[in-house]
Amino acid sequence: MMTSDKIIRVSIWVYLAIFFAYLLGPLLIMSLTAFNSPGFPRATPWECLTFDWFSALFQDERILNGIKNSVLVGIGTIILSVSMGLAGALMLTQIWPKLRATYYTIIIAPILIPGVVIGISTLVFWDRVNRMLGLGADSFLSNGLFLTIIGQSTFIASYCMLVLVARLQRYDMTLTEAALDLGATHAQAFRKVLFPFMMPAIASASVLAFLASFENYNTTTFTFGEYPTLTIELAQKVRYGITPAISALAFMIVILTVFAALFNEANIKRKEMVAEARKDATVGELAGKIEVPGILSRNTPAMLLILLLVVTVSVIGSSFVYSPNQCIADVHEQKRIETELRIQQLRDQRAKDAAEKAAKEGAAPVQKQTAPKAGNNSGFGGVFAPSTLDNSDN
Amino acid sequence: MSAGVGVDLENLWIRFGDFVAVRDANVNIKGGDFFSFLGPSGCGKTTILRAVSGFLEPSEGNVLIGGNNMKGIGPNKRPTALIFQNLALFPLMKVWENITFSMEIAGASARDRRKRADELLDMIALSGQGDKLPSELSGGQRQRVAIARALCAEPDVLLLDEPLSALDLKLRQHMRTELREIQKRVGITFIYITHDQGEALTMSDDIAVMRAGVIDQIGDGKAIYNDPATAFAASFVGENNVFRGKVSKLSGNEALISTNRSGDLLARISTANHGKLKVGDDAMMFIRPEALSLATSGSTGDNFVTAKVTHEEFEGNTFNIFTEGDGGKEIKVSIPNLGQSFDDHTGQPITLEYEASNAVVVPAGELANE
Ligand SMILES: Nc1ncnc2c1ncn2[C@@H]1O[C@H](COP(=O)(O)OP(=O)(O)OP(=O)(O)O)[C@@H](O)[C@H]1O
Ligand SMILES: [Mg+2]
Repeated sequence: MMTSDKIIRVSIWVYLAIFFAYLLGPLLIMSLTAFNSPGFPRATPWECLTFDWFSALFQDERILNGIKNSVLVGIGTIILSVSMGLAGALMLTQIWPKLRATYYTIIIAPILIPGVVIGISTLVFWDRVNRMLGLGADSFLSNGLFLTIIGQSTFIASYCMLVLVARLQRYDMTLTEAALDLGATHAQAFRKVLFPFMMPAIASASVLAFLASFENYNTTTFTFGEYPTLTIELAQKVRYGITPAISALAFMIVILTVFAALFNEANIKRKEMVAEARKDATVGELAGKIEVPGILSRNTPAMLLILLLVVTVSVIGSSFVYSPNQCIADVHEQKRIETELRIQQLRDQRAKDAAEKAAKEGAAPVQKQTAPKAGNNSGFGGVFAPSTLDNSDN
Repeated sequence: MSAGVGVDLENLWIRFGDFVAVRDANVNIKGGDFFSFLGPSGCGKTTILRAVSGFLEPSEGNVLIGGNNMKGIGPNKRPTALIFQNLALFPLMKVWENITFSMEIAGASARDRRKRADELLDMIALSGQGDKLPSELSGGQRQRVAIARALCAEPDVLLLDEPLSALDLKLRQHMRTELREIQKRVGITFIYITHDQGEALTMSDDIAVMRAGVIDQIGDGKAIYNDPATAFAASFVGENNVFRGKVSKLSGNEALISTNRSGDLLARISTANHGKLKVGDDAMMFIRPEALSLATSGSTGDNFVTAKVTHEEFEGNTFNIFTEGDGGKEIKVSIPNLGQSFDDHTGQPITLEYEASNAVVVPAGELANE
C-alpha cells in the first residue's frame, strides 16, 4: 500500500515537472539567450554574460516604433471594444427575451470568424466607404491606426462582452431602480451604481483587450498600412534572421507579465486582509480609523513582488557597470587559438597521411597533395559549399 | 404635516400581454395613513406598488398622488420612495453613503450628508455603524438602513414591499412596532404590502384585500376581520370555519343557510352584501374558531352544530379542538385558556354552539387556499 501511494505521489511530481517544463521551458531558454553573447540566439555553449542585446534592442528604431504603434492600437482597441462590449452586454439584458439567444449568437460570431477574413473585409469595406465619400488614399479612413483599431475591435469587443456579461448577470437590476426611485437620472444611476459594480469586469476586459490587440498578427497584417505594430515588425525581422535582441524583448515582456501578475495577487490579498480586519473590528474601531495592515505582513505575493523589484533594479544597475568586452575578447582569443590549433592538427594529419601514402606508393609525385578540395570532406557531398551554389547559379 | 399626501388609484388596469395582473382597482388612500395591501403571493401587490412609484405605466386608469395625475412622470420625479422586497441596498457603498444617496444626487456636500446620515442612524438605532458596508450588517439592521435611505429622500409617500418577510419571527414583530412608530413620527403616508395578515392587522389604518388582481375589500382591520365582503376575504384573513349551503330564508340582515350536512344555520349577512342575497342563492357561512363554544346542558342559544372530535391541541393561550363535521370537513374550535380544567374529548361527539351575530354569510365564492 505504502509503495503504491509513493508511486502515485512520485508520478504526480514527475507529471508536474514535465508539464511545467513544457509550459515554461521555452520561455526559460529564450530568456537565457538574451544574456548570451553570440549573435544568434542560443543558450549553449554559454560564452559571455552580456546586456548588450538590450541596448541593441533600444537602439532598434523599427522595434521601438512597432512598440509605440502597438501601444497606440492597444489603447484605441481598449476604448472601442470595452465600450462596444459594455453596450452589447447591457443590450443583452434589456432585449426582448425571445430574441436573446439569436442576438447572443450574432454578437459572438466575430470570435469564430478567422482573423484573416476580418482583416481583409475591414480593408475592403473601409476602402469602399472611403471611395464612396470621395476621399483620397491619405484620408483618415484609410489610416493604418484607424483600420487596425477598427479591425481588431471587431472581434475583441466580443471577448469583452463575454467578460462583461458574466459580471452583469450578477447585477441586481433593482439597484438601478432604487437609484432612480431616490431621484437619480438614468445617467446618474449608471454612473454611480452600475458602473462601479462593473468596474472589476471593465478592468479585466481592458487587460484582455490590450493583450489580444498586442499579440494580434493575422488581422493587423492586412490593415496596418503605415503603422506596423510590434508583431508585424517582428515577423518582418525574422525573415532576415533573428538576433538575441528579440529574446531580450521577449524577456522583458515576460518580466512585465510576472510583475503585473504579482501586483494583482498582492492587491487581492491586501483587499482580503482588509475585509478580514473589518469583519473582526468592533463598531468603535470602525467608527475610528480602520487600520490597514502593512502590505508586507502575511502577504506572500507582495513580498515576492518587492523581491523581484529589488533584483530587477540591481540587475539593471549592474548592467551599466558591467562590461562583457574583456570576456568577449577572451572568447575571441580562445576561439582563434582553438581554430589555429585545429588547422594545425589537420595539417599535421594530412602531412602524416601524405607521408604514409607516399610510403605506400613509393615514388608518387608530391604535388598531388598540395591542393586538397575545400568542401569534399563534408558528408553532404559539398552541396552547402558556397562555390557549389555559385556554380549551380551560373 | 396635518393631512399628508393622499394617493388615489382610479380604474387601474395593468396587463402583461394577455395576462391581467391588476383588474380595475379603485383605492383612495388618505394622507398620513398607514395603508396595507394584503393578498397571497402573485396577486399583483408589487405590480400596484410599481405603478404608484412609476416603474410601470398602467395599461388603463390613473395614479394620483396628492391629487396630481402621475401619467408620464418617471420614478425619479415622483414624491415616493420605495423599499424593495429585497431591499436593494447599494453593495459597494458604505451605510452612510447608502442612506444619503438621494442627497448626493441633489448635490449636497459630504459634510451635510454625513450629518444627516448620523441623525438617521440615531433614529434607526444604528449609531456609529455608518462606515460599515451593507454586507457587514445583520438582516434587521439592513432593513432599517433601507428605511433610513428611503426617509432621507423626504418622500411624501413611502412604499414598502414586504420589507419584513426576510426576517425571523421575533425581529419581524419588533420591526412591526418600530415601523408603526416611525410612521407616526414622520407623519407621511405609508403604503405597505404584505401577505401576512397579522402584519396588516396590527399596523394598518386601512387594508385592501387582494385576490388575483382584484381588490375584494377595503376597510380598517376590524371591518376586514369581522365583516368580510367576500368568501376570499373571510378565508384569507384570520382562521375561519366554512359551511356551504343555500339561502333558505331571509329576515332583515340575517339569513338561514341550509347546508347538506350540518343542518340549517342562522347567520348575519356581511355589510357589503346587504340586499344582495336572494333565497335560493349559493352562500357560504363563516364562523371563527373562537366564536364557537362547547354547548352545555343548560345552553339557551338556538344555533348548534354537531361534530366528532378528531384531535386536540394545547396552544398556550387557547385549547384547540379539531372536529369532523357532518360532512367530514374539519371544524376548528378555540377555547381561551383561563386556567380551567379541560377534558379530553378525542373520539367523542360534541355539540358546538355559536351566536348568529358572530357568524357571517357571504355569497359563495373562491376560497383562499391554505
Ligand atoms: N414583468 C412582468 N411580465 C409578466 N408578468 C408579470 C410581470 N410582473 C409581474 N407579473 C405577473 O403578475 C402577477 C403579479 O405579480 P406581483 O409581483 O405583483 O405579485 P405579488 O403580489 O407582489 O407577489 P409576491 O407576494 O410573491 O411578491 C404574477 O402572476 C406575475 O407573474
Ligand atoms: Mg411582490
